[in-house]
Amino acid sequence: MLSVEYLSKSFGGVAAIRDVTLEFPTGSLTAVIGPNGAGKTTFFNLISGAIVPDDGRVLLDGTDLVGMSHTEIVHRGVARAFQVASIFPTLTVAETLDAAVQAHRGHAGVLGRRFPLAECQERSREVMDMLGLADEADTLSANLSHGDQKLLDIALALILQPRVLLLDEPTAGMGPEERWQMIDKVYRLWEREKMTVIFIEHDMDIVFKIAGSIRVLCYGRVLAEGTAEQIRGNPDVIAAYLGTETRGH
Amino acid sequence: MRRSAVRDLLIGAVVLAALVLLPVLWPSKALIDFVIRGAALALFATSLNLLVGYGGLVSFGHGMFFGVGAYSFGLLMQRTGMPIPVAFVVTIVVTAAVALLVGAICVRLKEIYFAFLTLAFQMFLHSLIILWVPLTGGDQGLLGGIPRPPFFGIDLGDQRQLYIAACVLLVAGLLLMRHIVESPFGFTLRMIRDNAARTGFLGVEIFRIKLVAFVLAGVFAGIGGVIMSLFVSGAYPEFAYWTMSGEGIFMIMLGGITTFLGPTIGTVILLLLNDFVTRFTEHHGLMLGAIILLFALGLRRGITDFLVDHWRRTRTPAATRRGH
Repeated sequence: MLSVEYLSKSFGGVAAIRDVTLEFPTGSLTAVIGPNGAGKTTFFNLISGAIVPDDGRVLLDGTDLVGMSHTEIVHRGVARAFQVASIFPTLTVAETLDAAVQAHRGHAGVLGRRFPLAECQERSREVMDMLGLADEADTLSANLSHGDQKLLDIALALILQPRVLLLDEPTAGMGPEERWQMIDKVYRLWEREKMTVIFIEHDMDIVFKIAGSIRVLCYGRVLAEGTAEQIRGNPDVIAAYLGTETRGH
Repeated sequence: MRRSAVRDLLIGAVVLAALVLLPVLWPSKALIDFVIRGAALALFATSLNLLVGYGGLVSFGHGMFFGVGAYSFGLLMQRTGMPIPVAFVVTIVVTAAVALLVGAICVRLKEIYFAFLTLAFQMFLHSLIILWVPLTGGDQGLLGGIPRPPFFGIDLGDQRQLYIAACVLLVAGLLLMRHIVESPFGFTLRMIRDNAARTGFLGVEIFRIKLVAFVLAGVFAGIGGVIMSLFVSGAYPEFAYWTMSGEGIFMIMLGGITTFLGPTIGTVILLLLNDFVTRFTEHHGLMLGAIILLFALGLRRGITDFLVDHWRRTRTPAATRRGH
């Protein structure tokens, strides 16, 4: 189980995350929602070790991750995909994933052989198939569609065989149809891999449809947590977030 | 062995055979001199491109390793009388050690800071060569010629044999560097160039990979320096001056940084330009500058980058259009 206890982080006196305590049971699919500036991405940065909290603990099955380097946290089984796809523009999809597998297995510095290493290709094909990227195997990452770049970013996280997968707005910048395709892939991935998935999402239809449970952040605090039904009916959430959001549509 | 590796070896063998046959078909001292200089500088430029093109590490001080190679080899031959192969190996070790020391400090820095710190180390080395007159001969360089005692029946004092040795070193050096960029290490280097932060998230120790690349590039630049010192039978402070690094950058800019052979082609272009332009005008710096501007502003890349891009566009219009 992943849990955070009393997590806090300020930037120059402005509290981005305040005293947040949350639990994410193993194998759960959870959405983190909240208005802009609620601290969602900061929350992910704290869990993945990109930034160090001022206070509090991040516990993965009882082990405190605070203070570990992000590389170490990756090895512990927490991987993330980014809001803006973080990929390797000059490598093809297959090269990217082959290189990622070899890096993950500690072969990044091998000089005596030729790339790609045969023993790494099986895993990269598997991940490509899982996300439906096999047709684009030989396409340069820079030439992929926006959606496929996001998928490749997720594929890079999956290469690490994480126990916890953090997805920062997997559907950001996508049209309605593409959004549902993406979220469908995420859902099937979660079902199949039985890992803990936490995702940040703005589209309430998507959140209420697929997330088993929802955590609402607002101004760095936990405003509410519960199932889709509980959140939908929560007056605080409606006031702080859903109200403005639905008016916008 | 992988098919691509066999293909590279075959190409290397054919090129080496052609180079060795060239002076037989076209006996010309100028040609022999041109190829020997070209071999030294092509190894230097290609090694610089390991850093710039593959690693995204723009070094302004790479000439220092060319200088270290030339001076170490020259000094070892002049002062110790060791056989050439032994001096060659010791020179590689010395160059690697200097590159390890300089690299350990420089590769922690990014972009412009890295570029300028390498430049600073180069200027330090150049000053050292100028000031340490008893060892280096100061601004006169290593005078009195470098002894070239025959070994295994090879006499590098003979220009034709030196020519063959330079060709062998060139082809072997290029094959080794080709292998490096096509190895798992080579692809990790490309990842760091493209997106260092994400490479770190995949569990790669970026510092270590960059440092190894820096040392390997330094060693091949040093081998270029050895060829040059054998060719001119000496070593001069200019080998370790910033203009040497500048020429390296020119060569890879002219030839292209995205293809493996770009820097070699750039070397040939720059040498030809140097030789021809100086024949017609004394303002050859001005002419060279204009031509390089033409490449930079006109093609916006080296000649091989341009050709490969053009070839890709005409062959697979769909693939290049897809992303736009």
